[in-house]
Amino acid sequence: MSLIDCLKGTAAIAAVFALSIAWTAGEAAAQIKVGSVLSITGPASFLGDPAEKTLRMYVERINEAGGVNGEPLELIVYDSEGDANKARTLATRLIEDDKIVAMVGGSTTGTTMAMSPLFEDAEIPFISLAGGIVIIDPVNPYVFKTPHTDRMACEKVYEDMQARGLSKVGLISGTGGFGKSMRSQCLDVAEDYGIEIVADETYGPRDTDMTPQLTNIRNASDLQAVLNPGFGQGPAIVTKNFAQLGIAVPLYQSHGVASKSFIELAGAAAEGVRLPASALLVAEQLSEDDSQRQVVVDYKTAFEAEWNRPVSTFGGHAYDGLMILVDAMQRSGGSDPQELRDAIEETSGFMGTAGEVNMSPDDHMGLDLTAFRMLEIRDGDWTIVQ
Amino acid sequence: METFLQFLFSGLTVGAVYAIVALGFTIIYNASDVINFAQGEFVMLGGMCTVFFSLWGLPLPVAAVAAVIATSLLGVALNKLAIEPARGANVVTLIIITIGASIFLRGLAQVVFDKQFHRLPSFSGDTPIDVLGATLTPQSLWVMGGAAVIVVLLWYFFTRTTFGKSILATSHNRLAARLVGINVELVLLASFALSAAIGALAGILVTPITLTSFDAGTMLALKGFAAAILGGMGNPLGAVVGGLLVGVAEAMGAGYLSSEYKDAVAFVIILAVLFVLPSGLFGRRGTERV
Repeated sequence: MSLIDCLKGTAAIAAVFALSIAWTAGEAAAQIKVGSVLSITGPASFLGDPAEKTLRMYVERINEAGGVNGEPLELIVYDSEGDANKARTLATRLIEDDKIVAMVGGSTTGTTMAMSPLFEDAEIPFISLAGGIVIIDPVNPYVFKTPHTDRMACEKVYEDMQARGLSKVGLISGTGGFGKSMRSQCLDVAEDYGIEIVADETYGPRDTDMTPQLTNIRNASDLQAVLNPGFGQGPAIVTKNFAQLGIAVPLYQSHGVASKSFIELAGAAAEGVRLPASALLVAEQLSEDDSQRQVVVDYKTAFEAEWNRPVSTFGGHAYDGLMILVDAMQRSGGSDPQELRDAIEETSGFMGTAGEVNMSPDDHMGLDLTAFRMLEIRDGDWTIVQ
Repeated sequence: METFLQFLFSGLTVGAVYAIVALGFTIIYNASDVINFAQGEFVMLGGMCTVFFSLWGLPLPVAAVAAVIATSLLGVALNKLAIEPARGANVVTLIIITIGASIFLRGLAQVVFDKQFHRLPSFSGDTPIDVLGATLTPQSLWVMGGAAVIVVLLWYFFTRTTFGKSILATSHNRLAARLVGINVELVLLASFALSAAIGALAGILVTPITLTSFDAGTMLALKGFAAAILGGMGNPLGAVVGGLLVGVAEAMGAGYLSSEYKDAVAFVIILAVLFVLPSGLFGRRGTERV
């Protein structure tokens, strides 16, 4: 099996290389080289695929409009297939062979963490598109990130629970990387919000029935709310089982399932579920005077027109990463990696799809809780909770 | 009591699926001594084909029937194109061929369909049924009922029809079966078609509960295989009992011990049983002919 997998992988990489070589050969010299290693295929393809489409589309648009500081951008994209080892090899290639000035990529926390030391050594700025808080805490001088952290998602959910007077919470988390990390963050910040975790259950990434775990949560004394960190099909099954058992407390999901497919998969059971999500999901519902409206509506319209498929938050992270980089290039007036790094760190008041970004030497993400919107599913669609 | 019942329902529903998958393993194993690791992919194809046939405009029942037919044709093709040409090869080689086939089918589903999760509507609504304080979805009844019907039909087929008996005869002694005039090629073909059809049916029944995606078959194949081994490879009754046991053990493990160890609980039970009864609960006792 591993031999076949290996052959398959080699063929895929060869194809990607062949494509990127053919593609770069046609371009003229004297370009600003921007690299990207994304999980375009493999288990994390739902992250990497929209990101790749976004980067290609916007680099083309920027070049049509005359490039940055009069020079066109050259985008070099490699596919890590979600494999941290492969990501590291490809990052080395970007740094040593392609001689990029900056990198926007890294779809998962795992691939990002495997690549960050390389960029630190090479002193090239790296804007990651992955969620884990470990990417920026502790701060690596050359590594930045655009998405919210799972810690912020926990805080946003707890804030909403506080506002509704709920404090006894049952946790049911997936044991995949995302669910595991968010679970530990949620346990960590619970006390700050006066939240008491009265039940703490988990389920495997391929489990098909969570009623035993939910039955135990239902039996916990004084249960007031349930939170389910996780992504993939798990949360949809949890939501259905939750309805089946008739548990009469509010159910919160995480930003990991903030997409239309969650509502489709969970069906009627999703009614009343709340979750924190990026503004992109409710672009048209934002009020006219919302300062983020313009950015998210523009990105959504452009993406959907070009690719004819619904926009995803994960593509939005790539948009933010690329635009933060372009903004830094314009401010530094060149493309020297060191100057770019300094300029990215000085990013302030930048409005992206994830929210307003204000970076500093101790904060390489620059988002606060206002970047998340609390949404509730009503009549099979998102509504903003005021 | 409600809690115990709830765990039991959960276990029986999941266990019924494992049992159907294990039956699929059993049929092909009996006819050809091959353990068909593409069995999980049949389950996935049943679900995915139904989803996409109905997306392409077929009404759900028609889509389901079409999916079963399409999957059994694929089963036949698998036998014709991959297993039959390698006839005479070692059983291990044949098993490796089925592993290759399973990877191929998964890749094919990824290209032909997509990489997203999909659902089917429940056959008779989502209103939970209350049984002594525990709840059960109507779809769980469909799964358990479906499994029961499949078992009864198979029992009838294998013990009361000539063709069923000729499959059994082939499994006991292929040469002798050929000598008494049984068309062994046809038997093998039929066993693949039957096994694929049963797998597809399982896929259609569970998709409203478990959702499906191109890689949904891998885990089911593993659990179904474990169930078949637990019950005794080759024994249909063992497959059913094994499937239900693994399902219930998982649910009880998740409920009473820790959800972290629920898979471990099931596998520890399997190891313990195999330690005492190496050929499984209902397996043929291993007598070597000298």
